[in-house]
Amino acid sequence: MHALSHLEQLESEAIFIFREAVEQFENPVILFSGGKDSITLVHLAHKAFFPAKIPFPLLHIDTGHNFPETLEFRDNLVKKYNVRLDVGYVQDSIDRGTAREEKGINPSRNTLQSITLLEKLEEGKYDAAFGGGRRDEEKARAKERFFSHRDEFGQWDPKNQRPELWNLFNGKKAQGESFRVFPISNWTEMDVWQYIKKENIDLPSIYFSHERSIVNRGGVLLAESPYNILLAGEHYEKQIIRYRTLGCMTITGAIFSEADTLDKVIEEVAAARETERGNRADDKRSEAAMEDRKKQGYF
Amino acid sequence: MSGYLDMDLLRFTTAGSVDDGKSTLIGRLMYDTKSIFEDQLQAIEKSSEKRGDENLNLALLTDGLKAEREQGITIDVAYRYFATPKRKFIIADTPGHIQYTRNMVTGASTANLAIILIDARNGMIEQTCRHSFIASLLGIKHIVVCVNKMDLVDFSELAFEKIKASYIAFSETLGVPDIHFIPISALKGDNVVDASKHMSWYTGKTLLQTLENVQIISDFNTLDARFPVQRVIRPQSDAYPDFRGFAGRVEGGVFRPGDEVTVLPSGISTKIKQIFLEKTELREAFSPMSVCITLENNIDISRGDMLVKSDNQPKVDQEVDLMLCWLNDKPMLSKGKYLLKHTSNEAKCVVKEVAYKVDINTLNKIEGDFEVNKNDIVKVTLKSAKPLFFDAYKKNRTTGCLILIDEFSNETVAAGMIL
Repeated sequence: MHALSHLEQLESEAIFIFREAVEQFENPVILFSGGKDSITLVHLAHKAFFPAKIPFPLLHIDTGHNFPETLEFRDNLVKKYNVRLDVGYVQDSIDRGTAREEKGINPSRNTLQSITLLEKLEEGKYDAAFGGGRRDEEKARAKERFFSHRDEFGQWDPKNQRPELWNLFNGKKAQGESFRVFPISNWTEMDVWQYIKKENIDLPSIYFSHERSIVNRGGVLLAESPYNILLAGEHYEKQIIRYRTLGCMTITGAIFSEADTLDKVIEEVAAARETERGNRADDKRSEAAMEDRKKQGYF
Repeated sequence: MSGYLDMDLLRFTTAGSVDDGKSTLIGRLMYDTKSIFEDQLQAIEKSSEKRGDENLNLALLTDGLKAEREQGITIDVAYRYFATPKRKFIIADTPGHIQYTRNMVTGASTANLAIILIDARNGMIEQTCRHSFIASLLGIKHIVVCVNKMDLVDFSELAFEKIKASYIAFSETLGVPDIHFIPISALKGDNVVDASKHMSWYTGKTLLQTLENVQIISDFNTLDARFPVQRVIRPQSDAYPDFRGFAGRVEGGVFRPGDEVTVLPSGISTKIKQIFLEKTELREAFSPMSVCITLENNIDISRGDMLVKSDNQPKVDQEVDLMLCWLNDKPMLSKGKYLLKHTSNEAKCVVKEVAYKVDINTLNKIEGDFEVNKNDIVKVTLKSAKPLFFDAYKKNRTTGCLILIDEFSNETVAAGMIL
């Protein structure tokens, strides 16, 4: 019987997109956040071009508020695949005056990432950036194309997207314009986890249950870090937690969890009653928060 | 959980007119299969309240963009996902407005199945015909006609049977081999996931059971082996100094090591040496697998070339007849020049002739009207600057489709299905 499972079909689709983009663009780059989706992307890119090495670098936008585990993992991954790593520092944009730190206590640098990203894409003359965005993540992403056109300011225009039919991808663009390419658009969180298991992909340790000092702020469990200032009446406490997504330490909420193996994590995801972005403080700011950030050039 | 690794995948599209309850149906499918998470539910509860909706408005789940939430209509294709232990589903949720035919064509282009919604009170309307025609034009082999809002016609069997009979009469001209009819109420949940308590006269499958059980495996082309080359892989590394592989996706048929293949357009023949998926050497590759193929002889091959089995070759021609759907605000230029994309190939082309336009509501041919506007479907002849290797769209949905790009705006302006 000539049939592929859904994971094999999704893998094949992602590999197809990688190969297509590399042929259509001059200078692509993988946006690497250190999270499971971008780690999966790197794995797929490796499969797409093997036995040649991945024919483009990784770009990490460093907010300066990273989990140390993320950086360590990133550096090992770069060594393993023998790829070039390019890093854009949000702090550099702040020092340059192109980005301004949010006011108030515990500023998030999440929105500032877009500024550094666009600066870095311009500086590196990257004309296409692969992202690990998935359409199931958030409703603004449900209408995203595989090849997503950005104007010369890096902005997304959701009302004027190119139709995308069959497997024919149009990467034509004018000078200064660019694309975001999303090879795992059609994957769900569950698909990613199952694929990680099937392919035996390594993940940073903080995806698994561990003891960490955290503060519970309005239901969001934030890790103790130099960037997190306690409010009056708050205190840190040791808890058994893990992370479902990785971002800035100042906004990425942990979940209480005993899941210390991949199988237990998958079981937990299957039973989960909240979407993974549900514990991201940045999406909760308003109902259209994600759409607004995307228009400005966020991943 | 245990079955997760051998689940398969069904892509379907949904079409209906504005008030047919399409978004509600999708919301219902996701809600009843427990694919909606608590925070999403909370968000739509909040929004429903703000809008003053009486019930929980499941349609809000699928209305993604701000403008849509404000206007209460879906204006672009949105993709939705849910899974049951049997299958993963990808929904291309497409708007039903007349001006958005291009979105329906887009959504249908990758779908195995189409759900056509009919309001039980109104029966078949022009849009039903249009949606069905587009589904058949795009090569969809399975249609599920959902007669919705049965609660508003007292769950009447007669009302359902009448609509079914008129659809069957109409659909004879479509040539869609597999059509199902289900009476439902998306709002109340009847026959969507759970069987209705109000329509004991209906003994068929619910919508979800239908979606889970439709056989799509035979829809893939297993006869005509086609492999468009996307990229040449030459590591030139110490470990692989002489490796020369051809990366691409099998778009029809089955390839095995030892098979005699012909390279198009050169016409040179050789044999397949090995087929790889990363380090794994495969005994065979079939659609839609992305693989890397090595050949016995060192032949000059580049992106845009196609490997085919020597005893089963596609048509090779610079002139193609096709049905074209115009997608762009700017009308088609008479004798216009465009860039065409077909598999991994690209070529300049000119629209040589417009034969006729299709009235998509009546399916009649309109002759003598050569102005091609957005959402028009026309039969044209294209002349390409170089030979294309293609099959009829009916035979192969990948080697039989192409898009046209405006070289000045870079926009995708048309989608074509080769006759």
